[in-house]
Amino acid sequence: MSKEAIVNKTSAGPAPGKGLFGGEAIDCDVHITVPSMNVLIPYLDDYWREAAVTRGLDRHKMNITGQPANAPIFARPDWRPERGEPGTDLATLQSQALDAFGTRFAIANCMYGAQALHHEDMAAALCGAVNEWVAREWLDREPRLRASIVIPLQNPQLSVQEIEKRAADKRFVQVLMPAMGEMTLGRRYYWPIYEAAERHELPVGIHAGSSYRYAPTSAGWGSYAFEDYAAQASAFENQMLSLVAEGVFAKYPGIKFVFMESGFAWLPPFLWRANKTWRGVRAETPWVKRPPAEIIREHVRVTLQPVDAPLDREHLDRVIEQIGSDEMLLFSTDFPHWHFDGLNALPDTLPPTLTKKILLENPLATYSRLREPGQPKETRQ
Amino acid sequence: MNVNVAKPEQLTPAEQGLSVVDCDIHPAMKSVDELFPFLARRWQDHLKTYGSHVRQGLSDALAHPRMTPDVARVDAWPDDGSTPGSDPEFMRKHHLDANGVEFGILIPLGRNGGNQRNLDYGAALCSAINDWQIAKWCEFDKRLRGSITVTQEDPATAVAEIDKRAADKRFVQVLMPPRTIEPLGRRRYWPIYEAAVANKLPIGLHVGGVGGHASTGSGMPSYYIEEHTSNVQTMQALITSMVIEGVFEQFPDLQIVLIEGGFAWEPALSWRLDKHWERFKGEVPHLKREPSEYMREHFRFTTQPIDEPDNPRDMRHIIDWVGVDRLMFSTDYPHWDFDDPRYALNNAGLSVAEKQKIMSGNAKAFYGLQ
Repeated sequence: MSKEAIVNKTSAGPAPGKGLFGGEAIDCDVHITVPSMNVLIPYLDDYWREAAVTRGLDRHKMNITGQPANAPIFARPDWRPERGEPGTDLATLQSQALDAFGTRFAIANCMYGAQALHHEDMAAALCGAVNEWVAREWLDREPRLRASIVIPLQNPQLSVQEIEKRAADKRFVQVLMPAMGEMTLGRRYYWPIYEAAERHELPVGIHAGSSYRYAPTSAGWGSYAFEDYAAQASAFENQMLSLVAEGVFAKYPGIKFVFMESGFAWLPPFLWRANKTWRGVRAETPWVKRPPAEIIREHVRVTLQPVDAPLDREHLDRVIEQIGSDEMLLFSTDFPHWHFDGLNALPDTLPPTLTKKILLENPLATYSRLREPGQPKETRQ
Repeated sequence: MNVNVAKPEQLTPAEQGLSVVDCDIHPAMKSVDELFPFLARRWQDHLKTYGSHVRQGLSDALAHPRMTPDVARVDAWPDDGSTPGSDPEFMRKHHLDANGVEFGILIPLGRNGGNQRNLDYGAALCSAINDWQIAKWCEFDKRLRGSITVTQEDPATAVAEIDKRAADKRFVQVLMPPRTIEPLGRRRYWPIYEAAVANKLPIGLHVGGVGGHASTGSGMPSYYIEEHTSNVQTMQALITSMVIEGVFEQFPDLQIVLIEGGFAWEPALSWRLDKHWERFKGEVPHLKREPSEYMREHFRFTTQPIDEPDNPRDMRHIIDWVGVDRLMFSTDYPHWDFDDPRYALNNAGLSVAEKQKIMSGNAKAFYGLQ
């Protein structure tokens, strides 16, 4: 689709039945929310079903501290269902995200509080139930939807088990982790997860969020959710550099990481700094044989929303040019979060040559499973 | 060891007709004995008996060991083998004279009292280091200026130290680490800001500090390359904290200098905070203006380690976005990642007037150096 066509469609509204992009877009970050533990109970085994009730776990929604569900940024007013919290209703997702934008596929990321628990087995049971719930209640009902495998990052072995269990279902297209957890993500502790992800051609999605094992920044605990949200970009930088410095890409050359929901304007100065520091201290990590920016441009992708660069052409062109790659950005709406109004998910000031790559080509190149024929029902377990 | 690494191919600033103010010089001690004339016997005994008691695993070394001894340039060792930065004569010859430094601002890092868990010991160290800066350095070379080190975790004591030193105009700022027990916007630190404003002193924040928090939101990184880079994120976190907590609504005259954190990231942070402020306004109604406005009015940056965009043209864009007036040259002498005034700003496409501002004019005006 030409740039002009996109702009025209933006102003004219979606074509009937085709949506804004007429199937020529892949939305790499939409959210579905577990409304309460009740929906998971059918997918828990006997032990955890009983525990959930007798321990009163089912009274909790397991809200993540950094994402107050009703804060304006996490709940676009016109994307809220009539009843319940944003992201809990399939019909709303279908009409507001899939139909309106005309997306071929949308990748659903369920950010669930199980990843903040300290009990590894409980976390594993709940993550497994979330994945099963997503498959049954969402993927089975909507063929355009794809999902990320929620894993109990507290324990890599249990995480690998969950990946192995889901990998045959090709509607699960990536492995999902929060940006901040118990350790920097490049460490060898996590390598079994990367081995499994690479083997199954699953990119690893790192999404804004924290299990709050540590203060969100090295400066300590701030006062406001606003601060935590702003800090996600720094967390992304830390994790990218960790993955490079620990040699994850040397060990798993086929792996891709997708960083979701934290913009991209911070990338250029971070890449410059990473390269500069590497030039000075590269003797420390001799397995890092190329400048970090080169490795990151090859293996790392970032989703578009929330766009955190100024939208005027002068700034945006410059930032895009500084990123130094037209393959890194992946289209996303971040539904139902509120970063833009109407259908303006794709800034019309983006270079026209880039829009097609962002909308379709880059997502297809990143998620090999999206290039295969969809296998909605046949692969049910 | 005294090796000349850099060959003087480029014209010195003096040869280019430029003066230099170095906003980040690290003075060191040949031995801790240098502090004893300024420490009560009780604290001398404490130092010898218990030493540093800090919020990290090693008390005498960094848990991310650096790539050179004492983090230093290999050519910065005085002939007698004493610590780089510890010999005033050598520093004068090797740096101040050689690089045409008109004024130099001292940033003492060793024996930093602000990191001590024992607050009384910390206060004694801060006071001693302040005396030592004047006696060993400012008296030795009139070009040098001091920074008032304080125990930021004990604000009442810090305020007393600021009030005590402010009359000596050779002190040009209050010095604190960016990594503290709480983010620097939190109210526990506000009495320090009040005292700084009352005494017309800016706050200098030099990378480092041991606040007890991991360097990332996911714990400690393994490598120095990560640790070094994480200092940039600490700077972003403290700007975020100070702006969002409303420090500058409370203290509209407070000025902050971020030292050794670079600056290329500043525009992206300001865009990011402005963008998300739109949605988070309800949580922080005490903010009256866009975050970028507070940033522009209250934060300045020293230049080292100078950012190095892939395309030198981008250096010009970054400087335009940050603003020439907010940048102040620094070398970080005698550390390994020293920026040489002959080279540091050459690729930025600056006019002579702009270069002069960054090399010295901005710092002279800001710190009132004369």
